[in-house]
Amino acid sequence: MKELICIICPKGCHLKVDEENGCAVTGNGCARGAEYGKKEITDPTRVITSTVGITGGIYSRCPVKTDRPIPKKLIGDAMELLRGLEITSPVKTGDVVVSDILGTGANFVATRDM
Amino acid sequence: MTEKYYDVAVIGGGPAGLAAAVSACEHGAAKVLVIERDKVVGGILNQCIHNGFGLHYFKEELTGPEYAGRFAEMVRNTAAEVVTGTMVLGIDTPESGPVIRCVSREDGYREYRAGAVVLCMGCRERTRGAIAIPGDRPSGVMTAGTAQRYVNMEGYMIGRRIVILGSGDIGLIMARRMTLEGAKVLACVELCPYSNGLNRNIVQCLEDYGIPLYLSHTVTGVHGRGRLERVTVSRVDDKRRPVEGTAFDIECDTLLLSVGLIPENEITRDAGIEIDRRTNGPTVYENMMTTRPGVFACGNVVHVHDLVDFVTAESMRAGAAAAEYAAGKRVSGRVIKLVNGEGVNYTVPQMIRPDNAGKVTEVFFRTNIPRKKSVIRVMSGDTQIASFRREYMAPGEMEKIPLPRVLLDRAGDTVTVSVEPAGEAADRA
Repeated sequence: MKELICIICPKGCHLKVDEENGCAVTGNGCARGAEYGKKEITDPTRVITSTVGITGGIYSRCPVKTDRPIPKKLIGDAMELLRGLEITSPVKTGDVVVSDILGTGANFVATRDM
Repeated sequence: MTEKYYDVAVIGGGPAGLAAAVSACEHGAAKVLVIERDKVVGGILNQCIHNGFGLHYFKEELTGPEYAGRFAEMVRNTAAEVVTGTMVLGIDTPESGPVIRCVSREDGYREYRAGAVVLCMGCRERTRGAIAIPGDRPSGVMTAGTAQRYVNMEGYMIGRRIVILGSGDIGLIMARRMTLEGAKVLACVELCPYSNGLNRNIVQCLEDYGIPLYLSHTVTGVHGRGRLERVTVSRVDDKRRPVEGTAFDIECDTLLLSVGLIPENEITRDAGIEIDRRTNGPTVYENMMTTRPGVFACGNVVHVHDLVDFVTAESMRAGAAAAEYAAGKRVSGRVIKLVNGEGVNYTVPQMIRPDNAGKVTEVFFRTNIPRKKSVIRVMSGDTQIASFRREYMAPGEMEKIPLPRVLLDRAGDTVTVSVEPAGEAADRA
């Protein structure tokens, strides 16, 4: 039995995941918590948010995120893809900045208009 | 001097101000003005590039800039006007209605008259000065939010070896952020025996990256000439006093402070509006009106929220009430005062007028310590008018209880909200 705190939403439910019983989840407040509990044990993923340099914007950094969760173990390599990257204004929220991150199918997309 | 008139004037263009403006327009205010001191609206959300915003309001997970962007768009789709780069100096509230005094680089000094004003100035961070950490005064000591702006908007790397004092959400978020940017976050040091941040942030910001959290510890020394070189960390006892013989040093070049937020109420105080010393924000009625008729307040200027979604909901109510006030609606009738009982640090609102309360009034509060199974009790004198059970409570997580109008009508002029362990409750029942 593994105890986890659900990170799907800010409520932070205290989950119990039974690894010997097909990762059955208890303590979850909603269906997404059950899904998270199982996934966190078998294949943990995270949405990564960061910034890239931008030329011609009102600030020198433009915020980005992965448009879907990527495997936790790829976080470091994914961050490397952003290092030194410089985009040019104008960008729109949702514009793809880096496509198909490390073959995951996820993209880094801009999270503000700039 | 030309004085333009607006039905509703909103001070501050962060999440609270934008929601109040949208709501005021929706509730019939024809002329609405948002006054923002920064060069763009969105407030602190612009530097909160992490996700987790909007789950309640938009039913999807957004980053801070995305959440701000959606509200900026909603404001653009109304008739509301937005002035940026404009600092409000103060408000006057003569019989003839509120007057806002402000100044901007382009237009110099200006005044606006308004039917109603909504205060949405948000909050700011407590600094090193506020908590009096002894030691040298080198560079490299700054608040977590300042660091967040440097890193996420201005593009400065603030340091390589980082210690964070305080485990509030901003500190936790910055622990992860600095790690992703290649810095080494050596420790997160928390004075209390528990974290004041959201549980999910402990997990995904500290545990994910193996950052140690020192509970019941604090920074007792800052050392460095020119740049920070090391900090001294000591364990504290249950009275939060450093324990002799427990001190150890951590070599670092940066100390980030995440030691609390203070509602920014200079304008409120100057206007003579009553401040609740527990929240450091204005005392408000059920519709978010302050003790000054026609002046409303919402968001972090009233009390520090955990979630922007709750700021939005509160500000929607304030904007609606401000629009109604500007249109001539006045509320009278008796006032119920909410009193903090055992285990309750504050309530918002502090006052409820049942005649204006609608079907249900939501009361927000924080408990004083982390708790397991508990009962929230709402008492009028010796009579219990409502009770609510909770499996788990923490000071870092704002509580919300609904008080139906029918119950308020039965209550006296003072209602006490308290929290106690569920066991005792069972005994009494």
